[in-house]
Amino acid sequence: MYPTDFFYSKDHEWVKIEGDEAIIGITDFAQKQLGDVVYVELPPVGTELDVHQTIGVVESVKAVSDIYSPVAGRVIAVNENLNDSPEMLNSDPHGKGWIIRLKIKDKADTEKLMTATDYEKFLEGIEP
Amino acid sequence: MIREPLIFEISARGKRAFVLPKLDVPEDKDLLKGLPLRDEIRGFPEVSEVEVVRHFTRLSQTNYCVDTTFYPLGSCTMKYSPKVNEKVAAMESFLFSHPYAPEELVQGNLEILKTTEDMLGEITGMDAFTLQPSAGAQGELVGMMIIRAFLEKRGDARQVVLIPDSAHGTNPSSAHICGYRVEEIKSNEKGTIDLASLDRAMTERVAALMITNPNTLGIFESDILKIAEIVHARGGLLYMDGANLNALVGRFRPGDMGVDVIHLNLHKTFSTPHGGGGPGAGPVGVKKELAAHLPIPVIVKSEQGYALNFDLPLSVGRVRSFFGNFLVIVKALAYVLSLGPEGLKEVADVAVLNANYIRKSLENVYHLKYTTSTLHECVFSDKFQKEHGVQNIDIAKRLIDFGVHPPTMSFPLIVPGALMIEPTETESKRDLDTFIEAMKKIAREAAEMPAVVKTAPHTSYVRRLDETTAARNPILRWEGKIKE
Repeated sequence: MYPTDFFYSKDHEWVKIEGDEAIIGITDFAQKQLGDVVYVELPPVGTELDVHQTIGVVESVKAVSDIYSPVAGRVIAVNENLNDSPEMLNSDPHGKGWIIRLKIKDKADTEKLMTATDYEKFLEGIEP
Repeated sequence: MIREPLIFEISARGKRAFVLPKLDVPEDKDLLKGLPLRDEIRGFPEVSEVEVVRHFTRLSQTNYCVDTTFYPLGSCTMKYSPKVNEKVAAMESFLFSHPYAPEELVQGNLEILKTTEDMLGEITGMDAFTLQPSAGAQGELVGMMIIRAFLEKRGDARQVVLIPDSAHGTNPSSAHICGYRVEEIKSNEKGTIDLASLDRAMTERVAALMITNPNTLGIFESDILKIAEIVHARGGLLYMDGANLNALVGRFRPGDMGVDVIHLNLHKTFSTPHGGGGPGAGPVGVKKELAAHLPIPVIVKSEQGYALNFDLPLSVGRVRSFFGNFLVIVKALAYVLSLGPEGLKEVADVAVLNANYIRKSLENVYHLKYTTSTLHECVFSDKFQKEHGVQNIDIAKRLIDFGVHPPTMSFPLIVPGALMIEPTETESKRDLDTFIEAMKKIAREAAEMPAVVKTAPHTSYVRRLDETTAARNPILRWEGKIKE
């Protein structure tokens, strides 16, 4: 279910490392908890993000939630498609529903994140 | 049920609600000469009197309100507003006083404002109040602006505001709009502020802690004195969101517990109407050290009477035209005076009693994540019903079929599938029992015939609406064709 080449945060974001870049999105668990997503607020390209700094906001029919950056870096691209099709966050959270692409500052940031196996174990301990 | 058409759809050319009698005096054609007259406003609906009356009467019948229905909307304190308050506020002397009238002609109005400020000060233990903010969220913003002004005057501008995850949802945005970065404090397993987390987070960068007490779980922050001590020891200020004061009014004074700034919602605790019946009012109270930063004008009393003082160099400035929502303040004062100190205590006592009666009656039927005892509201979840595929939204919609306004849902976020119930003190035991029976019946239905709950409501004016499409593709105004 959860791609094994991703890293995962306790706040239910995923990170995929490609060279010195990182793609970030929210997990399938997160989208299920949120329910139907109706709006995604994206940061401007060029924004410098620290670990755990707010990337943007996801609004669903139930709630408005911050998305945090699990790693530090500079935003080099945002998924503009989410402006018109926020439902991609529900239908394909680990693929077409990616949120931002970062130029990563320090790859060591991923050491504090979970692997897919760890994340699935972490989810078992959470009340759905 | 038949859908009520828009008034534009009823419109037909030439219809009108009244006809003036024929002129029986000579007509002076030049009387209105040169004025920008027009015969019609393009696109305005043309309808008969009976059509207007029926249209708006029918619309009003589709409305849920405190005057027709039990309204346990958690966190909103939807209490019944006594009609005597409306009567007082509708007195001509209030209704027709003009905000530009000179001070000497509105001494009575100024006295009302000053008296209300003093009474709110006595009720909350704060030294000075401004009545100007027009709503709770504006009160929060003004409160944070006062804190910023105070710290900057001290030469100690700080960057961060701490907010617990059980606080009201507007707090982070108020702090953010005031230019602060928000950091969240996690709740402990009791559902209150974790002192160790607060201790770690409370550094010299922190301007204030914004707490909601009792918090959105309805739980009283019983460590309030220790919390205040930690915040003050590092030079920060304690802000209290007083929206839940209905649980405490007359029994607890935030000012005695280390709170430096508080906002109140007159449209909650002090019984002035909400929403369409509003508007609101969000007075802010401060300790005397902060009083110099209150918005202008402030009302001062001297031997000559009441006057408005605009000369407050350290003030955060004007935050509202004129003097706030004056008639709302009149209603709140009428409420306080008609209840008196003993009556206000009873408000808090019965509000807490009612919430606990519901909590106790339903605690095995609906899941309670936090079992700590609560004050004026309780937060259940849909955990038991989810096993049958029934979620909090289904339960909320089904309640409509039982003549009850749905409770607040999916908030606070620390309770997944939350149903936040606040009955207030104005409900009788009979009404509470009707609600409890409905909730029990819905729980039985969820187990035995979940489809009934999942397709609710069945008896309302409109059935289940497509909230997702409405939010993704909102149609915000009527764009139909004007009938020519």
